[in-house]
Amino acid sequence: MTSSTEPSTTAAADTHALELPGEVVTTATTRLIDVPGVDGKVALISLDNGQDHTRPSTFGPAGLRSLDAALDQAFEAAPAAIAVTGKPFVFAVGADLGGIGLLPNRDAAKAIGQLGHAVFRRLHDSQIPTFAFVNGAALGGGVEVGLHCHYRTLASNAAMMALPECFLGILPGWGGTQLLPKIAGPESAVTVIIENALNQNRMMKPKDALKLGVVDVVLDAADYLEQSLAWLAGVLDGSITVQRKEYGEADYAAAIERGRTISGMRTHGASAAPDRALDLIELSRTADLAVGFAAEDDALADLITSSEFRAGLYSFNLTQKRARKPVGAPDASLARPVSKVGVVGAGLMAGQLALLFARRLHVPVVLTEVDQDRLDRGIAAVHAEIAKLAGKGRISRDEGNRLTALVSGSLDYAVFADADFVIEAVFEELEVKKQVFGELEKFVSPEAVLATNTSSLSVAAMADGLQHPERVVGFHFFNPVAMMPLLEIVKIEGTDDAALATAFALAKQLKKGPILTADATGFVVNRLLLRFMGEILAAIDEGTPPEVADGALAPLGLPMTPIMLLQLVGPAVALHVQETLNASFPDRFVVSANLRRTVDAGVKALIAWNPDGSQGISPEVAELWQLGDSPSTAEQVRERALAALATEARLMLDEGVVAEAADIDLAMLTGAGWPFWLGGITPYLDREGISERVTGQRFNPPGVATLPA
Amino acid sequence: MATTRTLQDVVFVDGARTPFGKAGPKGQYAQTRADDLMVKVIRELLRRHPELPPERIDEVAVAAATQTGDQGLTIGRTSALLAGLPRSVPGFAIDRMCAGAMTAVTTVASGIAVGAYDVAIAGGVESMTNHPIGQGADPNPRFVADRLVDPAALNMGNTAENLHDKYPQLTRERADAYAAESQRKYAQALAAGKIAPDLVPVATRSVEQGWGLATADEPPRPGTTAESIANLKTPFRPHGRVTAGSSSPLTDGATGCLLAAADVAAELGLPVRMRMVGFAFAGVDPETMGDGPIPATEKALAKAGLTIDDIGLIEINEAFAVQVLAFTDHFGLADDDPRLNQYGGAIAIGHPLASSGVRLMTQLARQFGERPDVRYGITTMCVGLGMGGTVIWENPNFVEGDAK
Repeated sequence: MTSSTEPSTTAAADTHALELPGEVVTTATTRLIDVPGVDGKVALISLDNGQDHTRPSTFGPAGLRSLDAALDQAFEAAPAAIAVTGKPFVFAVGADLGGIGLLPNRDAAKAIGQLGHAVFRRLHDSQIPTFAFVNGAALGGGVEVGLHCHYRTLASNAAMMALPECFLGILPGWGGTQLLPKIAGPESAVTVIIENALNQNRMMKPKDALKLGVVDVVLDAADYLEQSLAWLAGVLDGSITVQRKEYGEADYAAAIERGRTISGMRTHGASAAPDRALDLIELSRTADLAVGFAAEDDALADLITSSEFRAGLYSFNLTQKRARKPVGAPDASLARPVSKVGVVGAGLMAGQLALLFARRLHVPVVLTEVDQDRLDRGIAAVHAEIAKLAGKGRISRDEGNRLTALVSGSLDYAVFADADFVIEAVFEELEVKKQVFGELEKFVSPEAVLATNTSSLSVAAMADGLQHPERVVGFHFFNPVAMMPLLEIVKIEGTDDAALATAFALAKQLKKGPILTADATGFVVNRLLLRFMGEILAAIDEGTPPEVADGALAPLGLPMTPIMLLQLVGPAVALHVQETLNASFPDRFVVSANLRRTVDAGVKALIAWNPDGSQGISPEVAELWQLGDSPSTAEQVRERALAALATEARLMLDEGVVAEAADIDLAMLTGAGWPFWLGGITPYLDREGISERVTGQRFNPPGVATLPA
Repeated sequence: MATTRTLQDVVFVDGARTPFGKAGPKGQYAQTRADDLMVKVIRELLRRHPELPPERIDEVAVAAATQTGDQGLTIGRTSALLAGLPRSVPGFAIDRMCAGAMTAVTTVASGIAVGAYDVAIAGGVESMTNHPIGQGADPNPRFVADRLVDPAALNMGNTAENLHDKYPQLTRERADAYAAESQRKYAQALAAGKIAPDLVPVATRSVEQGWGLATADEPPRPGTTAESIANLKTPFRPHGRVTAGSSSPLTDGATGCLLAAADVAAELGLPVRMRMVGFAFAGVDPETMGDGPIPATEKALAKAGLTIDDIGLIEINEAFAVQVLAFTDHFGLADDDPRLNQYGGAIAIGHPLASSGVRLMTQLARQFGERPDVRYGITTMCVGLGMGGTVIWENPNFVEGDAK
């Protein structure tokens, strides 16, 4: 035993009490192996939670203690090198998130940070060269184990590598903020820790990780571990050298500034995590590791015990779990196979639907229109989209040919005779849609599902008078169809289980995360967005300066302001939906006079660039809109808009539009792109006390998506 | 008008193999797939020869005695794809039981000779852990009903006992002495650094122990003496002669080699370690399949116009010690003839059925490098159901005048 090479204390000594309930323990096993070209043994540590690759290895306190013990064993053998690798396809995917979300208090949160540091640090402080062989998926703490090692190789087939902490509302607190800037430079650190995390949790591919300097080399998957060990031997004998750059104050300053800009754009200051992470990256330039890690411990403890992280974790679970197992879906075995799809309409929306059906289902998709010219243009547009995908290499040429052949058009409804699923995407006019369904029923089989992509009309009214109304469902997509994961599946009173199961099965094949809603005007997302936007517009109509009203929600950190959203949706569409909602709920949905003015004037661009480069209300709109004489303050507008959201969400639950608040939240996350730190919306309304104040009750008890009481 | 056909000389460019492992749950490859073993060998051959553009490979022939599971799905093609060879490179699976890899070599060599291939990979793999000999086989009932083959001949150990019956002068003592010598020669070659250069390290998975790295053959039993195995049981027959000590152990492993047309090797700058002179396969009684190398070698020598006296080095597969002794007795060689298995043989190293043929060739190539005085060598082996195969090789390092 060589005491000079062994850090003096075992890390886990004083943290034995720390436990996470339900931890699936990742066991670290040390094996002393011979490697050609290496004098002495190599201690190879394997991380494995004993499950298959669908349950990737994570770290909780017991897992960290296991790694600590494996390191004891490794150091004791005084090997020539120590290397850490994972089970097949997985290196390690970080902290056991479920457990972290259950930590009882700040002290426990801090202790888990300290334990991780103490164990991982042994790899960093080791006098014996240490290597991470990142053989598969590596996230968060998994990446950080690697950063503590002196060298890193990465398998060419590693599915993902990322530090996603800021995406969830925490930060890489097991050394990531202190080590990555030193290893890969502050610029790369900002890209990985801030930019990627806030860009929909973007993952690095192996080539990205290499380019950013997160790993030293990428080795082919076919003999990855063998070649990693050969690479290790090369490093030990000096035939391979790894160049690391030094980074100065200016590098840090530029990177931090870029990080602040990104953080500002993405969070509008509504989530503390990215800025705390940037503070720590900045600190890493001057602080020694002890100071840096202590600062990480404090920041991580603060964030783990923040409302934003609780909401973030809740959101993560909704998008990862609830979206995949929608609540209220009938038994999947009732679903009927769909081997041909019909799309009524060949406009922009219909074309997007046709392309999605063809790409995901690989079945014939037939479109129809009112005249040949429109039909031809619609089909040509879809075919052009396919050609574009093939041109960019997103699909192969053969796949392009296949999809092109799948998408066809006909003016004759007889082509729908053997379709199993027909969706209408015609003009939002009830009578037109009723007529379409009535006509379809003359041709399709009695079991064929008839779906509507309406955003606000009554699905039941469309089914009224059909011979088989039990096969009618709402199937409401969000724009852009290929990107947005939400699908509102609408059940009307008579919809039978087979039709509904077919709709859910289809949603899964389309890789959407659906929610089940009742046939209530606007369903979930449009109803909430329009209610909320209605309050902003009403405030303007009453006399609030548009900039004040539009900026009132800034503290929430929404992806765009209400008027930007209005521009994106299109004033005419918004007006139409608002009128429909007003017809259903006249006391809560008021049609804005200024919105009507905008549509009448044919103005579509509501936002313009100011001379200083910022964005604001366009001068044309400012001139057009007429303001009343009772202005509100920004705070009043915010109060009013949030109260409206709370009221509307509560009403939806009371009316049975959705089963649970979680469905509303999932819909807002994936249909409106509302941020994780709001938890969709109800956790935010709960934690700000709005739900109780306005509706007399919370949506969820304290501790669910919020901090425990 | 097609171009005129000219016969091409076939050369052995290089060979490599995985370390061999003991078959069974305690062996180093107990949790490693057979196709993965083959992939490591192909990758190593390519890594050793960066001068060979992978797209110039015209065939990948891989043998396995059982072609299901991890050795199924046309293993020559699957292992080529898994090894990252260009999709334009084809592959096939081949089987002649123990002479699988040898047959892969002679088959692609024939293709090279007629100009169908420029460069080819040939090899074999057997995970006897995953695929015990004869796994899944359903012998035709006529073998028994029509007395075509004694059912006992389907067990290789029985055929070795039968060989002792056939040649009473081949005693257990001679077999045990031969077996101990095989272990000694292997240990000596290992110590002299003659084994390791042909090995490809293989990462081994063990759920219980974590990842490891196989860098050495597992089956050899250094220190074995004729005395130490004299009292071993004879599992195939009460009071028989064949024991675990004088038989090759059940083994996991993969081998592979690069073959090329001589002019293509020159064009690409590929080294030439052996030149193929000729080959032959022959059938014998299935009940004494160990006789196979005798007629196969006679046939190959006759076709090449050579005699056993022209052969300076012999790599013979040691399925059983008695079968080697039948060969040496036939050709009038001493049991310890120095031309024979200089690095020891399968009794020590192990015999992963279909892969062994190329191990013999790779070792012969290494010996050729050390022996410019030797002009010709053979690789030969017996095959289940009564066959033998022999390939005659010429040493490109041979220097005229030193001839022995």
